[in-house]
Amino acid sequence: MCRVVDLRQAVLAKNDASAHELRAQLAARGTAVVNLLSSPGSGKTALLERELLRARERSVPVAALSADLATENDAARLARSGVPVKQVLTDGLCHLEAGMLAGHLDGWLPDDTRLLFVENVGNLVCPASYDLGETLRVTLASVTEGEDKPLKYPTAFGLAHLVVVTKTDIAQAVEFDEAAFRANVEQVNPGVEVVLTSARRGQGVGALLDRAMAAADGAPVHSPVMARLPHHHGHTHADDGHAHAPDGHTHAPDGHTHALDGHTHAHPEAADTMAHTHP
Amino acid sequence: MHEMSVAMAVVDQVTEAAERAGDVRAVRTVRLQVGELAGVVPDALAFSFELACAGTLLEGAELVTEAVPGRARCTSCAHEWAVGMPPRLTCPWCGGTRTDLLAGRELQIVDVHWEDGVPTHAPTREPISEER
Repeated sequence: MCRVVDLRQAVLAKNDASAHELRAQLAARGTAVVNLLSSPGSGKTALLERELLRARERSVPVAALSADLATENDAARLARSGVPVKQVLTDGLCHLEAGMLAGHLDGWLPDDTRLLFVENVGNLVCPASYDLGETLRVTLASVTEGEDKPLKYPTAFGLAHLVVVTKTDIAQAVEFDEAAFRANVEQVNPGVEVVLTSARRGQGVGALLDRAMAAADGAPVHSPVMARLPHHHGHTHADDGHAHAPDGHTHAPDGHTHALDGHTHAHPEAADTMAHTHP
Repeated sequence: MHEMSVAMAVVDQVTEAAERAGDVRAVRTVRLQVGELAGVVPDALAFSFELACAGTLLEGAELVTEAVPGRARCTSCAHEWAVGMPPRLTCPWCGGTRTDLLAGRELQIVDVHWEDGVPTHAPTREPISEER
């Protein structure tokens, strides 16, 4: 017979569970992850090189993992800083997932690592949906990318704990409108800090390390509006994989009242998918 | 495009639920809630879903996506608004920045419509007149 089974499971529940587990494991050994998201060519690697050097000067044990679709170029650049570096090739996959990251850390990450910088695949869409067990999520954009980047990629900027602008040394040449950029960031992520940097001129170098150290030491990080969603709106659908008897089942199609937003999703199709039994 | 990964996660979770149930023979429909701010493109997801289902218990299953509009409420003045796209998460009424997002980030399997139990025999029917 045909029946309708309530699952009520977050699609990315597995990744979220892996991320929680990884975060807890790393916290237990004193390591915090910094997840860096940006478009390709935004200057993540150049800035990270400077931050890794700065960390070395301050004797902070750091490591870096760089994910790309292909080539080991980024890892070769980061390795010049002298800290442990690993290149992960995703073979075309557009993002890292928590389970993948955990696998790559196993047997590689030095025990005393305080901060692990993860340079995610250059992409502002896909990596935004995947929690990697990070303590600090940083989204970067260069001054050449346009002030409306935060509006075009609202999930990447909306979920960031810190926003970093790169390549400010050429801001004037490309007529970067800092106020407009800041306003756009504020629109999708009110209250998030925006840091201006130039890896070439040294402006703002060290700020990322400072914020990461503070977060690793347990200082409260920014809480993005988008990350504060009550995912289930107070639903009390507790049953995972629980099959309702198809006949005695009275699943009122208007049962999903979103308690907080005051409107009710009527699920018009529910009436015919939920109730009937095919002989 | 991470919709393929999302589709595969859906297929995995439904397959696991079906295995727990024990006697599922085919999955007909999977219903998903996709929030406006979930970062998932429904069309790309539908395309990926068909591919991800191939050769699984979900082969041929229909994906029904329910779009969930983004809504927010200002904690200062209690104003509620549709956030739109790109989203506006500061209060359009008082300019407040302490906002609660009420809906829009959903990416959730709501329910699944499947066939289970002992395979039923083809329903017996009365022969139609031409067969008599």
